[in-house]
Amino acid sequence: MRLQSRHLLGIESLTADEISLILGTAESLAEISQREIKKVPTLRGRTVVNLFMEPSTRTRTSFELAEKRLSADSLNFSASGSSLSKGETLIDTARNIEAMAPDFIVMRHSMAGAPHFLARHCRASIINAGDGAHEHPTQALLDAYTIKQKKGAIAGLRVAIVGDILHSRVVRSNIFLLKKLGASVVLSGPATLVPLGIEHLGVTVAPSIEEALDGADVIMMLRIQLERQGKGYFPSLREYFSLYGLTEERVGLAKPDAIIMHPGPINRGVEIASSVADGPYSVILDQVTNGVAVRMAVLYLLAGEADHAHSAEERTGH
Amino acid sequence: MPAKGRIMDEATIDRTLTRIAHEILEKHRGCDGLVLVGIRTRGVPLARRLGEKIRKIEGCEVPVGLLDINLYRDDLTTISDHPILRKTEIPFPIDGQKVLLVDDVLFTGRTIRAALDGIIDLGRPRLIQLAVLIDRGHRELPIRADFVGKNVPTSLDEKVQVSLKEEDGVDSVDLVGMGAD
Repeated sequence: MRLQSRHLLGIESLTADEISLILGTAESLAEISQREIKKVPTLRGRTVVNLFMEPSTRTRTSFELAEKRLSADSLNFSASGSSLSKGETLIDTARNIEAMAPDFIVMRHSMAGAPHFLARHCRASIINAGDGAHEHPTQALLDAYTIKQKKGAIAGLRVAIVGDILHSRVVRSNIFLLKKLGASVVLSGPATLVPLGIEHLGVTVAPSIEEALDGADVIMMLRIQLERQGKGYFPSLREYFSLYGLTEERVGLAKPDAIIMHPGPINRGVEIASSVADGPYSVILDQVTNGVAVRMAVLYLLAGEADHAHSAEERTGH
Repeated sequence: MPAKGRIMDEATIDRTLTRIAHEILEKHRGCDGLVLVGIRTRGVPLARRLGEKIRKIEGCEVPVGLLDINLYRDDLTTISDHPILRKTEIPFPIDGQKVLLVDDVLFTGRTIRAALDGIIDLGRPRLIQLAVLIDRGHRELPIRADFVGKNVPTSLDEKVQVSLKEEDGVDSVDLVGMGAD
């Protein structure tokens, strides 16, 4: 059993078996983060470039920690303070990074498809760390890992996802993943923030948060990006909270043992009440912990794939 | 793969493990400070069986841990896809303990080299020793076993196949040839 591609560009192209392989490997790697010496020599001598063309703290630090715990050498490029903000094109940036012969490029970009573009032009394995409103595969994988950890299995669960569906790459990756592993997904959000035709992905759209939460095993709240306010999507943050905010009362509609997730960073009092975010059902900080193990698993498995690709090239005389 | 002959059957494996358990207790004068660590995959059931035998002979519980050495392999950059990673579970402190590594077959010694690195990343044991069911020779590193079930001279194109009930449903050790097919 192995991954079919040496890149991780999205969940859409993965099979259920590949997803299970990544989650199983993450489970084996989680133990390393509990040791006194949190490091193994597995990726010694491999170079990882973290290319973040959009601000990110959580995802970047999580990747960095995963890289360090596997002993890879990593370097960070961010949009500000580098040639990326000086008008260099993506292909030129890619060629320059490629000239330094990294083994992996972890990429966050505001445009959907940017990592796919890089994958066509680079020898390195590309890991998509979020591209526009398209996919954020490692977030969906760490969400699935957390659900599996708390619920035992994913098949048969009812997962409610509430908030800004329109702009969320986390939602798209999660829908692909949860459907592949046999969960049912129900979405809810202001009509302006739920794209038309999203049902084609095999999900249902509930007209209100109450109906979405009814009987849910997992509640996934999405961040309302504050910069969206005043663009006509919803009248005010206060109104958003009153209609779609997760309050203790609304949590009561879900199953008694429901878990509450959020990809972070949270806006207290906008999409989630403080008492809920800090409450006993919240697994938001477990998600952060699990993110490191999941990203270690992705690096470990893709490193094997890259070797596979290279040795195949050598065999054919490259 | 053509079978070249049976090296051990169920009864022989059991007697051999009984003898090794006695040897361990004799050498360590009991089981004080002793911990067993089985190397995945087939070292794990062997370590559990040794632990059980020690308990029957001496009446003491020896902790048994499991070690996956894949993160410490020296061939990760040369083998094609990375091996399936399984859990390392050593839920007891090994600092100052006498760690007895257990594996089925000792061959090149590279697995044991990786296991030594894996153990040392988890703490500083007082000593590390090695028990194997079969030593088939052909070492590529300066490593030897402290407790050996049976020395089996082999050629490089042969393979020692250990089957254990817990993993394979049957207890046996066979010598098989790889050249013929």
